[in-house]
Amino acid sequence: MNAIVDAFGLVLQTDVLIAILLASIYGLVVGSLPGLSATMATALLVPVTFYLSPIAAVATIIAASAMAIFSGDIPGTLLRIPGTPASAAYTDEAYAMTRKGQPELALGICVWFSALGGIAGTLSLMVLAPPLAEMALNFSTFEYFWLAFLGLMCATMVARSSPVKAIASMLIGLLVACIGIENPAGTPRFTFGFTDLLGGIEVIPALVGVFAVSEVMRAMLSAEPPKLPFRRFGSILKGQIALTKRYVAPQVRGNIVGIIIGVLPGAGADMAAWVSYSMSKRFSKEPEKFGTGHPEGLIEAGASNNASLASGWVPSLLFGIPGDTITAIAIGVLYMKGLNPGPTLFTERASSMYALYIIFIIANIIMIPLGIIMIRVASKILRAPRSAVMPVIVLLCAVGAFATGNNLFAVLTVAAFGCLGYVMERNGYPVAAMVLGIVMGTMVEQNFVTSLIKSDGSVLPFFNRPVAAVLAACTISALFWPLGVWLVRRMRTLAPSRP
Amino acid sequence: MQLSDRVTGLVMVALGGLAAYGGSRLPPVPGQQIGPNVFPLVVGVGLAICGGMIALGIGRSYEDEAEADLAKITGPAEDVGQSHSWLRGLMALLPPGLLLFYVLAVDRLGFLPTAAVIVLGTSLALGARLRLALGMAIAAPLFVNLVFSKLLRVPLPSGLLPLPWLGLP
Repeated sequence: MNAIVDAFGLVLQTDVLIAILLASIYGLVVGSLPGLSATMATALLVPVTFYLSPIAAVATIIAASAMAIFSGDIPGTLLRIPGTPASAAYTDEAYAMTRKGQPELALGICVWFSALGGIAGTLSLMVLAPPLAEMALNFSTFEYFWLAFLGLMCATMVARSSPVKAIASMLIGLLVACIGIENPAGTPRFTFGFTDLLGGIEVIPALVGVFAVSEVMRAMLSAEPPKLPFRRFGSILKGQIALTKRYVAPQVRGNIVGIIIGVLPGAGADMAAWVSYSMSKRFSKEPEKFGTGHPEGLIEAGASNNASLASGWVPSLLFGIPGDTITAIAIGVLYMKGLNPGPTLFTERASSMYALYIIFIIANIIMIPLGIIMIRVASKILRAPRSAVMPVIVLLCAVGAFATGNNLFAVLTVAAFGCLGYVMERNGYPVAAMVLGIVMGTMVEQNFVTSLIKSDGSVLPFFNRPVAAVLAACTISALFWPLGVWLVRRMRTLAPSRP
Repeated sequence: MQLSDRVTGLVMVALGGLAAYGGSRLPPVPGQQIGPNVFPLVVGVGLAICGGMIALGIGRSYEDEAEADLAKITGPAEDVGQSHSWLRGLMALLPPGLLLFYVLAVDRLGFLPTAAVIVLGTSLALGARLRLALGMAIAAPLFVNLVFSKLLRVPLPSGLLPLPWLGLP
């Protein structure tokens, strides 16, 4: 009980509250601009968090990411251009509602069910995390190795691309993590004699490069999105309560699917939205209405992507394994602020944990009023030409990367990873998988090598402990999953052709 | 830069092979079988295998499916790389190029002029009118300077333009 009171004390500080408010506005604006994703918003925010108190730092990330995921729905609904990838799954549906003359209803659904989904995700975080933490206290390096490996495999399995390319991206990430002297023997590895590489590739500049610079590079070659016509909106929240009562099942399903996908390492809000939208269509009583401006899929997927956001923090806080790309960034901030992820976080820093829950709830509640204001001013903000927004992004990439260590090498890292991310994206290699590889590389290697040393080079002990065996089975089936799917399909296509 | 799967796959094979080879040559920990060499070896071999599969076109069907899904929503993917000239494709290199310029110039020129060049370059490349681009080039660096140098105390170099009245050294 004391911890909860302490937690309120931690959150109700002026600096934390101001941080939440400013980060929310920032998240809403960045999320609504097409081409600027929630992950990018978070990555660019990190250098600023260095200078804040630990709770305020985490609060800015939570608030900005939650707002950006919702706000990506605005240009999707009004212009048919998703503001963030997480909105892509149901952009068509939302835009169809706008064409039918119900943009208020569509945007209302987005803001209302995003907030409800976010709160459901937070509740799952509160319920799931403590028992899992208890279990995790008994984990040895074998379990951690499999868990990290499973996380990497999940990330490749859910990528919307060829699984082989996803695994290749992930391995590239692991190779990047090999650079530096942070290895079992402390020998310089893959540094090619550069002193700047001795410390390894820093995660934050790499992420800024992959998510922000590559986006600007893409903008250089693509056409400017159309301008939003000015529009006066009616009441945004009208009819939402009725919809909440009418579509209970899709909502609950959306929340649960979002939570599960969020907890799975590596799979984030975009995946949750895709899966939920197609599930909604499959289970709906009126699937023929989908795509014509039907609220059901919008409700389910809109709730799902925001629910996944909060539950993505479960593996991040417990094991240091990011639940999605946003928490991959957040983990870096947690380490920086002395809130090292791990099961002991829940016993030793309980008040900080509760503070985190409270921030999530606050962010999702203020999302409703701030979101409505944002919808009303969106037509003004979306008028900002790309040629005015992108230069600022480039500048922030440079300054932000420099600020992470007052080191110009970080700016070079940003540029290099921008190019790498751009080339990979264009050739169908999912960058999120690489990012997870970079973030988790050290952890995977450490647990792998420690386990191997413990077992004296034998592989058998990797499967001896019960939890390790289960995790190993999951990992290996994840590895061969694409092969199985391919075989089944192959048999199906061959079967009818047989005489 | 759109390359064929064969090319990127072979690059992966080469990268994986080099990593495995480089890893295997690392000195082991004395008295231990396992050292810093194991992990790059495993990852490198894995990457080479994946590269080989990509070059052979395995898993391509999944990609087509995802592309079709996305095309339903955002319309057919615009193939910028192919429909435009090479010169246009090089435009994509402008942002990293400007970052490189920042690294090389910021200590000598100072933050404000360097930042102004970056903003002006990006803005003009994206087709801004000169008035907007110049306005941005003046306003954005000053704003970023205010936030990072004044509020967050990041030591941005002042270079040629020391501005004591803005609180810069």
